[in-house]
Amino acid sequence: MSKSNFTRRGVMKSGALAGAGLALPTIFTGASANAFTNEPGSGSVTLGFNVPQSGPYADEGADELRAYELAVEHLNGGGDGGMLNTFSSKALDGTGILGRKVEYVTGDTQTKSDAARASAKSMIEKDGAIMITGGSSSGVAVAVQALCQEAGVIFMAGLTHSNDTTGKDKKANGFRHFFNSYMSGAALAPVLKNAYGTDRRAYHLTADYNWGYTTEEAVRSSTEAMGWETVAAVKTPLTQQDFSSYIAPVLQSGADTLVLNHYGGNMVNSLTNAVQFGLRDAQVDGKDFQIIVPLYSRLMAKGAGENVKGIFGSTNWHWSLQDEGSKAFVKSFGTKYGFPPSQAAHTTYVQALLYADAVQRAGSFAPCAVVEALEGFEFDGMGNGPTLYRAEDHQCFKDVLVVKGKENPESEFDLLEIVEVTPAAQVTYDPGHPQFAGGSLGSCNNGA
Amino acid sequence: MDAIILQILNGLDKGSAYALIALGLTLIFGTLGVVNFAHGALFMIGAFCAVTLSRLLSISHEVIDETRTDFLGNPLKVDVPYLYDIFGETTGAAIIDWAVPLSILFTIPVMILVGVVMERGLIKHFYKRPHADQILVTFGLAIVLQEVIKYYYGANPIPTPAPEAFTGSFDFGALIGFEPNTIIYPYWRLVYFAFAAVIIAAVFAFLQFTTFGMVVRAGMADRETVGLLGIDIDRRFTIMFGLAAAVAGLAGVMYTPIVSPNYHMGMDFLVLSFVVVVVGGMGSLSGAVLAGFLLGILESFASMAWVLDTIPGLNQIVIYLVAIIILLVRPRGLLGRKGVMED
Repeated sequence: MSKSNFTRRGVMKSGALAGAGLALPTIFTGASANAFTNEPGSGSVTLGFNVPQSGPYADEGADELRAYELAVEHLNGGGDGGMLNTFSSKALDGTGILGRKVEYVTGDTQTKSDAARASAKSMIEKDGAIMITGGSSSGVAVAVQALCQEAGVIFMAGLTHSNDTTGKDKKANGFRHFFNSYMSGAALAPVLKNAYGTDRRAYHLTADYNWGYTTEEAVRSSTEAMGWETVAAVKTPLTQQDFSSYIAPVLQSGADTLVLNHYGGNMVNSLTNAVQFGLRDAQVDGKDFQIIVPLYSRLMAKGAGENVKGIFGSTNWHWSLQDEGSKAFVKSFGTKYGFPPSQAAHTTYVQALLYADAVQRAGSFAPCAVVEALEGFEFDGMGNGPTLYRAEDHQCFKDVLVVKGKENPESEFDLLEIVEVTPAAQVTYDPGHPQFAGGSLGSCNNGA
Repeated sequence: MDAIILQILNGLDKGSAYALIALGLTLIFGTLGVVNFAHGALFMIGAFCAVTLSRLLSISHEVIDETRTDFLGNPLKVDVPYLYDIFGETTGAAIIDWAVPLSILFTIPVMILVGVVMERGLIKHFYKRPHADQILVTFGLAIVLQEVIKYYYGANPIPTPAPEAFTGSFDFGALIGFEPNTIIYPYWRLVYFAFAAVIIAAVFAFLQFTTFGMVVRAGMADRETVGLLGIDIDRRFTIMFGLAAAVAGLAGVMYTPIVSPNYHMGMDFLVLSFVVVVVGGMGSLSGAVLAGFLLGILESFASMAWVLDTIPGLNQIVIYLVAIIILLVRPRGLLGRKGVMED
């Protein structure tokens, strides 16, 4: 029988030593070597991709991850280069970022704010991620953005549509390429006016969280401004699956239009229920009943199947766009994965490239230098036409697409058709707009 | 008035689902004495049986259509289901269209098998353990099953439409003398209600009028004596577990056109179904059915716009509120028997 030498005192001693050893690097780096959090060495740089790999938005997260892998490949000079060839800034040359090979780590947000913060924290502290990007929920985006601000790393938001991300919860280290609720409302209103007139009575069903509120507010204010009346606005729990008891009272309220401020599975189910209850075939005071989905995505349209036909909504980007940037991106993504990218994939791919480009132009990975390079940055060739990263709130301003569920799809991906490209000027608002009021960027944080 | 009728109708289909799940739960509890928290997962697996069958029926081979192009500009590959080749396009399309009702035939053997494997493989080892252990192990099993489904089918809901013939809705209001378009009710929900009624009747008839059912009822009342009479009651209870699983699975199959199946749909029904069982009275089959419909309709009423304006969020707690009141007034539930869960 072998004799063990473990004693309580011995274990404590070695534990203390090991602890001190582990703490050592941070003690020294904190004091001297690094000018900012996770300053990369000369060989490689690590980016942190924080996407929902489980939970209700896992499919969107999977598409984001594919886009990031493609972006990394292109940044390191692999593949066909994708949008690097069409991007108006030519700072990136396929040799990584500032000569360093791009590597990445991934985290699972689970579409839960606390889980997303924990995975971002782990990627920053353990894996040395210099930048965090991704996500498919505004709740998560706001939480992770605040964490990155404190930690002194850049946050490039993924799919987040709530006004608050670049409104009351904006942060100096955070940037959003995706559009927002206000822009959806502003882009949709004129199209709805043309299609359905100015005399409509709208009934809102709204997902009961941050994003739902700002979307309802945005759509209400822009439709009310053109003469529509809002009959009722009912909050529905995020976990709701069968919306029949919410849908049933709609016709009885005298409404002739239903606005579904729902996303993902919520939208798939509420729209399906609405169609089952005959809303699309109904007539109210001689007018055909209409349904509107302010934020559309192809993945959602796929979930809702036949039911999306003819329904208006808005989207950040769609693979059928014919500009050079979109074509290049669809080609590299489609060749690699066999299907076209979603809007979530597009915005995250672009965010990764924009970050790399900003570092390259700034000549430094220091967050404050990157912030300076991104603020007021104007670019083109990334699929949305000329785009501005506004300095005041770190929101991108670009054209917004109004789309409609396609009546006769030619393939399983061909679900939405673009009915209007709303020019950026029409969706631009003052930074102090009431829907974005409160909060301030603060100053950039280099951390370390 | 029309609003009230509409909400009653509305409550019926949800009530049907609660009743079917609660019926299975009560069967399992009454026969095996196990509190089965994996029962919601069985409902979910049933729904995914429909998804699986509709995918199996749509298995296709690629045909290249030179006249059209795909999103990359290459010639379009069109998927043609093998069924079209075998039965011709019209019949093939009709079979695929009827995937959900056809799934009933497919689901029954699958669910009985799942039920029997679950009972023999895991749950039987927990008969003599406290209820808390049974709850933990079945709850854990539910999470495992949920994750397995998510791994294979993804996290997003999968649309599984009803056959074309049932996709419309009918004007119930016009039928009973209201203005047109005031009470509209989808055909499929009526089908669901009728289906649930048939299943419930079948289960009761099976227990009431067959020798097998008689032995099971005797076993529920006094397991030991039945065993002493030389009847292998355990084997029959295992079959009952399989039967309860099939009932939950069928409830799931037919529910797919109402809510697109997703991996967590079972959990959403499970907790409410337990409340239904408790309100109905532990171990009482008719209590479970009665309480299922009652609570389904109540929940529906609580979601009416003016109710939510007065008390926001009432629809999410009304079932629990009513459960508390009923348990205070009738501690054994609506139709509870004396002596169940009381020793």
